[in-house]
Amino acid sequence: MVPLTISDLQETAKVIRRNSIEAIYKAGSGHPGGSLSATDILVSLFFGGVLNLDKKDLKSEKRDRFILSCGHVCPSFYAVLARLGFFNEDLLGNLRDLGSSLQGHPSSVYADFIETSTGSLGQGLSVGAGMALGIKFKTPSSKCKIVVLSSDGEQNEGSHWEAVMQSAFHKLGNLCLIIDKNRMQVGGETKKVLDMDSLSAKYKSFDWEVYEADGHDFRSLLSVFSRFNEAKDKPKVVICKTVRGKGVSFMEDNLKYHSCTLSEEEYRKAMEELC
Amino acid sequence: MRDAFGEAMLELGKQNPKVLALTADLGPSVRLDGFAREFPDRFFNVGVAEANMIGLAAGMALEGFIPFCASFAVFLPGRCFDQIRVSLCQNKANVKLVGSHCGFTNPGDGASAQSVEDIALMRVLPEMTVICPADAIETKKAVLAMAHQNGPAYLRISRTETQVVTSKSDPFKIGEARVIKQGKKITLIACGTMVGIALQAAEKIDGEVINLSTIKPLDKATILKSIRKTGRVITIEEHSIYGGMGSAVTEMVSQQYPVPVKIMGIPDVFGESAREYQQLLDKYGLTVENIIKNYKLF
Repeated sequence: MVPLTISDLQETAKVIRRNSIEAIYKAGSGHPGGSLSATDILVSLFFGGVLNLDKKDLKSEKRDRFILSCGHVCPSFYAVLARLGFFNEDLLGNLRDLGSSLQGHPSSVYADFIETSTGSLGQGLSVGAGMALGIKFKTPSSKCKIVVLSSDGEQNEGSHWEAVMQSAFHKLGNLCLIIDKNRMQVGGETKKVLDMDSLSAKYKSFDWEVYEADGHDFRSLLSVFSRFNEAKDKPKVVICKTVRGKGVSFMEDNLKYHSCTLSEEEYRKAMEELC
Repeated sequence: MRDAFGEAMLELGKQNPKVLALTADLGPSVRLDGFAREFPDRFFNVGVAEANMIGLAAGMALEGFIPFCASFAVFLPGRCFDQIRVSLCQNKANVKLVGSHCGFTNPGDGASAQSVEDIALMRVLPEMTVICPADAIETKKAVLAMAHQNGPAYLRISRTETQVVTSKSDPFKIGEARVIKQGKKITLIACGTMVGIALQAAEKIDGEVINLSTIKPLDKATILKSIRKTGRVITIEEHSIYGGMGSAVTEMVSQQYPVPVKIMGIPDVFGESAREYQQLLDKYGLTVENIIKNYKLF
């Protein structure tokens, strides 16, 4: 796919935000805050020429692997995949429905376009590291990369840091972690729950290649993501500064919209803002 | 049993280059040191970090490898239930888990190191196969069979030397129970370390002994055939009486051919230290004498 221009990325992001909100509204529950904060990151990855995927050959050896470790923000991920033609966009209306391939958290039991089931925090990076090791072992010359999207709340999980240590120890240069640092988690502001503000210093001290980006600026995101393909003997992490609920004024930085049922009025107002 | 596991891994390593071995810093204790020497690039000591080991193995399996993860049963599966549930089972990842030092077979360290809950934990997971071999010979066969079957599986092995109750020529198939002694008065269903004890007891009470080395999937036909003849069952396992092999048998029997069942195992306790393994078996009634006593209470 030809990467989109910045203005097209901005337009696409708006569509993704609309489709995510609509899906959550129809589902009767979901996580709008994180879905909106992660949208521009996802749009950059999937429409900005960062990930090499083949929707006709989901298990192609040559594909990049993408893991949504913070699985609860999947509405925007699903909206991205639908926009790319992985499945019909109408299916977004079935989010969280009985028997749907669009489960409330990404599930490989129900969908073949999901690399690994997530939703239980703290596991995505371990699986990604296992894939990165496996690919390095079977095809040392492989150019495939494994991209894992995590959240700042997920940084609380101890098992995540086990994987952080392991990835640096095995010099997994083909492993790229992105942190959607929207500064909020279920219990409130991350700095008041378990302060993870010095993430950059933490990853540096764990011997990772650390980058920072404005998670809502496509130029900033693409400039950093372009470095994913650089040969390094260290895993890479991009800490993206974002706003929870980005794009819908009354949802921005508002704890209520971590996980909720959207009323008809909230839905209507959000859609008006996302026009 | 763990020696047999180590031997089987060496054999598998030679047979199949896709077989990998992972351990959370307990390589020698689970007898993976031979594999590590022979295949250093396929051996991963992931450090004392069991939860991450499961995710790593899942990722490797999704890339086409057959990772075997081995640790003490208290940690694997004990510490990693959710990682096993989500990253292994929901992905149908072709990962083999090996929990050693099961039951009381690490008597000295006490409760923190004695796994009496692991069968229950693994049995309840969809996609999971649960195997508890009776002796070293069967352990080796089980390891080889696990590698040939696709999907997640758990192998429960003991630390102590175990009475040999099977022979090299006996067939072994995952999901098949075997009647290893014919009898008329009662069916004794045992797994793992308790099969030898059940055999000794059966000699004295005309019991029929089933070696139920695969706990999931359960070989219903073999069990039902035996209980239709004997009309009563004692199950014996070195595991909690809740949720283990006895529970698996009882769930099935009560629905398909209800007969009286006595579940023998470890009561609702965590375990404790002892100088000798046998002291713990005696204290908790996992003995030939207690099987006979329970038989007489029917």
